[in-house]
Amino acid sequence: METILGLDYPSVWFIIIAVLFIGYAILDGYDFGAGSWHLFFKDNTERRIAINSVGPLWDGNEVWLVIGGGALFAGFPLMYATLFSGMYVPFMLFLLFLIFRAISIEFRSKEPMTWWTKTWDTSYSVSSGMLALLLGVVLGNVLQGMQVGDNFDYAGAGFFEFLTPYPLVIGLLSLTLMMWHGALYLMYKTEGAMQQQIISLGKKGFILFVVLYIAATLFTVYATPQNLSVFHSNPVFWLFPLLVPVAIALSYIFYTKTKYVYGFICSSLTIGLLLIVAAMGVFPNLLVSTIDPAHTITIYNAASSEKTLGIMLLIVSIGTPLLIAYTVIALYIFRGKVKLDETSY
Amino acid sequence: MDVEILARIQFAFTVGFHYIFPPLSIGLGLLMVLFEGMYLKTKNTEYEVLAKFWTKIFALTFVLGVSTGIVMEFEFGTNWARYSRFVGDVFGSPLAAEGIFAFALESTFLGILIFGWNKTKPIMHFISTIGVFLGSMFSAVWIVVANSWQQTPTGFEIRGEGAMARAEITDFWAMVFNPSAVDRVLHVWIGALIAGAFLVLSVHAYYLLQGRFVEISKKAFLIALVVATIFSLSQLHSGHASAVGVAENQPAKLAALEGHYTTGPGDLYLLGWVNNDTQEVTGVKIPGGLSFLLHYDFKTPVVGLDQFAKEDQPSQVNAVFQTYHIMVAIGMMLIGLTLFACFMWWRKKLFDTRWLLLAFVFAVILPQIANQVGWIAAEMGRQPWIVYGLLRTSDAFSATVTAPQLMFSMIMFGIVYLLMFVLFVYLLTKKILHGPYDEASTQPSVSTL
Repeated sequence: METILGLDYPSVWFIIIAVLFIGYAILDGYDFGAGSWHLFFKDNTERRIAINSVGPLWDGNEVWLVIGGGALFAGFPLMYATLFSGMYVPFMLFLLFLIFRAISIEFRSKEPMTWWTKTWDTSYSVSSGMLALLLGVVLGNVLQGMQVGDNFDYAGAGFFEFLTPYPLVIGLLSLTLMMWHGALYLMYKTEGAMQQQIISLGKKGFILFVVLYIAATLFTVYATPQNLSVFHSNPVFWLFPLLVPVAIALSYIFYTKTKYVYGFICSSLTIGLLLIVAAMGVFPNLLVSTIDPAHTITIYNAASSEKTLGIMLLIVSIGTPLLIAYTVIALYIFRGKVKLDETSY
Repeated sequence: MDVEILARIQFAFTVGFHYIFPPLSIGLGLLMVLFEGMYLKTKNTEYEVLAKFWTKIFALTFVLGVSTGIVMEFEFGTNWARYSRFVGDVFGSPLAAEGIFAFALESTFLGILIFGWNKTKPIMHFISTIGVFLGSMFSAVWIVVANSWQQTPTGFEIRGEGAMARAEITDFWAMVFNPSAVDRVLHVWIGALIAGAFLVLSVHAYYLLQGRFVEISKKAFLIALVVATIFSLSQLHSGHASAVGVAENQPAKLAALEGHYTTGPGDLYLLGWVNNDTQEVTGVKIPGGLSFLLHYDFKTPVVGLDQFAKEDQPSQVNAVFQTYHIMVAIGMMLIGLTLFACFMWWRKKLFDTRWLLLAFVFAVILPQIANQVGWIAAEMGRQPWIVYGLLRTSDAFSATVTAPQLMFSMIMFGIVYLLMFVLFVYLLTKKILHGPYDEASTQPSVSTL
């Protein structure tokens, strides 16, 4: 089996896909989070500023989802098939809110009527929050394991099976973390009274997030001890879960010192570290079967052929620098405080 | 209804709705590049007004294209899990390449294109416009390559047993350049460029009839007319090449396109009706015309549906026949219309021929219909296979998804897409009625709508 730096191809691909989803969670995370605060702003101009703070960027952020999804499809088709068909309802709802969010941004400022803008404001904010929540719910299901049966097909049934307590807590963790992350983003993008408002709202968001972080940590220890075994195998790995509270504390310290960009970087690190911990916990499994261990989907039984993984590695090693360059260019061009002009939403 | 039919209807509906938008993005992309390029070259602000006006309309189509496009990627996993498992090794890499090379390019530069007029240098902005256009062209390449592999699979082998059997790549470039890929990418590109050009023609023909924005509308109309004429003509060649390819690689599909049941000299129907029970076609035909088009000889036998077992034939031959013939008929109409308009331009009567301008106002719908029915013919003609000769559609949908779940998502998409469509048409009409600039001001300048 071919290896890179001592890792076999399926492991390399596990890391690549983890990186893509971490990038996605950080990037779409701030615009989901910013959107979740939207209805707290009452003034029309403030709401326009809030929408325009993510206006030119959200679409580029969603590219990471498309690529992450494509990479999962190509790298681990079995996982893609079982997860997406098994989580049918949450994914359909995810699509629904993704669509509503996109058209809300696009349509909101196209008509002056109050009922029109208010409708799209509500739809924008609700979908942003629901997307942040659903991402966490799906992740919670993956961490918890699912009813994978014969032929690795999902063996559960029913509409609301995906809503069990653990995934719901992970969903709320995702929502509050992204709201904290998005609040820091808005603090960086706004000024004046609006900035003051999000600064005071942000504090409440931070407290909520910390509560959820503690609850989710305890719940994880209780509900999914199998995901912690990796940390017992090698004490060095404890570094990652222990860095999470450090990043959280730093994000708050920078917040109190009004260094919002640094705070934002630390909240990005928090998202990244939490997802790294989650990825380490499941590796080398992708989806544990709660019915029969023989049906557990691992990176080995789900992987595409070595040939395909090799080709994709080439595609990704050319594409990822381009993708990062595009993201940086866009963030650079639209840096600084939001100024409304005739091209704005 | 059973799960297979529901899954097929849902895919057809969501992809058909999606496909209203990407061709407009690709087609308008070229026109925006031309308008902005003309502005940079001539410094004539009329072109700047055109570039900015069409950028706004482009933005609207793009957002709808993106949000309905992500649905398609997800649906492979949610509704077609067994298909995803079977093709993931082959199909995943073009899809991922689409995301990383094409979609990333267009989405990122889109932000600069729409919001960056005042934040970047003109040349940087122009590069972004080109980036968005090329990105949308590349997108089409990878998506159509993946679809073409389903039509004419090459460069793979089947490994594994039973439900775990799957296609694995043996030769990446043989997979990418599968026999139908190049013809079909060109066919889709050209169809998209025509769709965009006809939208520009329609809007500016409307202004000319109304006597509004006359000077810039003449310029825009002529540029779009050149684009529309060139590509309507090239579509004739591209369509022919595609059909010859289908005859070689998917004879059952070709037989369905022409309702050709009995192997022997093939007739070419201008219009007709297929009765699949009696296996008869009634209509206006050129005897031996199909043989002539494929082999330049009226007598050469063409493989008919009789060469295929019943379970390997498309079941809806009449639907395949009709959609295909509508597409061809529209293609011919577009050639006639654009050539006639060019003739009138040469005679310097184009802008005085009001009925012709009126025809262009309504002709915008024709490329849209052709694009839709063309895909329906291509996809229904491939049945009963989802991957031609390898995997049946009836073995491809998600085994675990239930009919009630599919009904739920069907209704959800039905309502949401209807709402999106109404809003799209409303906002598009509003932008068009308002026009590229404020008529109250004496100078054409950028609208603040």
